[in-house]
Amino acid sequence: MSGPVRTTERLGWLPAPVLANVVIWAMLVAVPWWLPQVGGYTALGSRILIYALGAMALNVLLGFTGMMSFGQAAYFGLGGYGAGLALVHLTHSSWLAVLAGTALGGLAALIIGALVNNSRGIYFAMITVAIGQIFYFVAERWDAVTGGQDGLTGFSRQPLHFSTVTVPLDDTAFYYFVLFFFAVGAAIIAILLNSPLGHTFVAIRENRRRATFLGIHVGRYVWTSFAVAGLLGGLAGALNALQNNFISPENLYWVESGNFVIIAVLGGMRSFWGPLVGAIIFIGIQSYVSSLLPTNWETVIGVLFIIIVLFFPSGVLGFIRRRVRPA
Amino acid sequence: MELVLFDAFNGLIQGAFYALMALGLSLIISLNSVINFAHGGFMVIGAYLAFALAPYIGFWGALIAGPVLAGLIGILVERGLVRWLYGRSDPVYSLLLTFGLALIIEDSVRSIWGAQGVPFTIPSALNSPLSATYFFITGYRVFVVGAITLAAGALFAFLRFSSFGVRIRAGILDLETVAALGVNVYLLRAVNFAIGIALAGFAGVLAAGVLQLSPTMGNDVIMATFVAIVVGGIGSLLGSVLGGLIIGVAAGITSAYYPVASDVVIYIIMAVVLLVRPRGLLGQEGLFE
Repeated sequence: MSGPVRTTERLGWLPAPVLANVVIWAMLVAVPWWLPQVGGYTALGSRILIYALGAMALNVLLGFTGMMSFGQAAYFGLGGYGAGLALVHLTHSSWLAVLAGTALGGLAALIIGALVNNSRGIYFAMITVAIGQIFYFVAERWDAVTGGQDGLTGFSRQPLHFSTVTVPLDDTAFYYFVLFFFAVGAAIIAILLNSPLGHTFVAIRENRRRATFLGIHVGRYVWTSFAVAGLLGGLAGALNALQNNFISPENLYWVESGNFVIIAVLGGMRSFWGPLVGAIIFIGIQSYVSSLLPTNWETVIGVLFIIIVLFFPSGVLGFIRRRVRPA
Repeated sequence: MELVLFDAFNGLIQGAFYALMALGLSLIISLNSVINFAHGGFMVIGAYLAFALAPYIGFWGALIAGPVLAGLIGILVERGLVRWLYGRSDPVYSLLLTFGLALIIEDSVRSIWGAQGVPFTIPSALNSPLSATYFFITGYRVFVVGAITLAAGALFAFLRFSSFGVRIRAGILDLETVAALGVNVYLLRAVNFAIGIALAGFAGVLAAGVLQLSPTMGNDVIMATFVAIVVGGIGSLLGSVLGGLIIGVAAGITSAYYPVASDVVIYIIMAVVLLVRPRGLLGQEGLFE
């Protein structure tokens, strides 16, 4: 057994060193200035952050607890419907809409988590994806509430009222609105992963049986992890609905779940920032290729999936880390 | 009453398709340890191959050639891609790889044959109703149920009585020991994968005569197939068949009484089964976990 420093190196899941953190946050804050310079646009930055947050939330479960969930779209989509429905029926506050979406995603994950937390491996993957489909079909069929196949419209993000000023959420302001929630979500995840709770998640991932023998109630911890992933997934989904002023059943479909998994794996699911890197690459390629090849971009994404699985199984950050620090 | 029977019979056919798909998927999960997300895609390939070949070799020729060609494609995929995953214990990789494959298949089919559905003609001898009262029992539907029963029976006989089939079953239980006994497990896994894919292709050809062909026809089937396997118990072939039939008939009957819920009901059944029996109806504890 070696000391704590060595352990940190080996697990490699602590937040990157302070310098890297400063650079990352500085880059994120400055996105509205530099992203248009390199051919992007600010709304693309918002989209990347939203998907990064959804994938980071999933990664608590996938990368750190080691539970192969293929149903993240359910909570992402529910968050969107929660926010959209709140704006249509209840409130004119963007803050409350985000809160409503987050709560809906979290609540659903809490309930579903109770049902699935004792499943493992392949069972867990197949059950989470199948349960996710329930929400898809409900959203698609329940026309009166969800707008059915056409999706939910009739809401738009509302200006933010502070005590003296009102800020309209144009693209740039909305980016910072998203960045604020992204920071909150990232902070929650970082604190969680550095807490005894987070260490327990990793223990379960590394050796579930040993964790059980140590007296850890594995099912309960998986349930917690599942609920956190769903809650913050709901947050990301709510932001997504506000960005598009629209939410459709497609956001609940299993293909969307696959997107979150690939974002996490692509960036590196053992790394805290992996999903952000994955989202930058995945959403970037998606937006670039779908404008370049409007009909065949799915093939490109499919080939990307296969290349990642075969050649970069530990993701971009895992790949870089191995190069920098050979094991 | 006729309406309920109509829906129940429709459900039975649907269930037979799910069962056939679930059988192939279950074989692949058991021996290749791969959750094949592209299984629906291979069903679509089988259907479109039959559609393309039928004008030249007729319906009956296509019924044979479609699954065989799909199986050959399956071998290529297994040798080229899937086998690299065998050492990896995390199911995430097999899910992602086959997920990518599913995207590619759907996109390719759309590029080659178009996004619009295309009709598939079946022999007129099979297309006439067998009874005036029960107009929905056409010869083709009876034929579909019969053909699927035959295929499933042939598979079980193959696994039970042929030496290759016995090796597959032994490999499912303990591949390492089987390899140590001198069986070529690479061949075993490749052939097993191909059999699974060929079953999906067969389901595709049969489905082509009932539904319209479309590039996305596999997407909903693959989810129902997952549900069938979970309900029946992962790793149990008989369970897969049972699960497929149960959810098919349940969906059919639900669409008679409460059509809006016909898509959701299979997932509700799955949730209930999991609450009562966490490993499905015939699943064994400790397998695939």
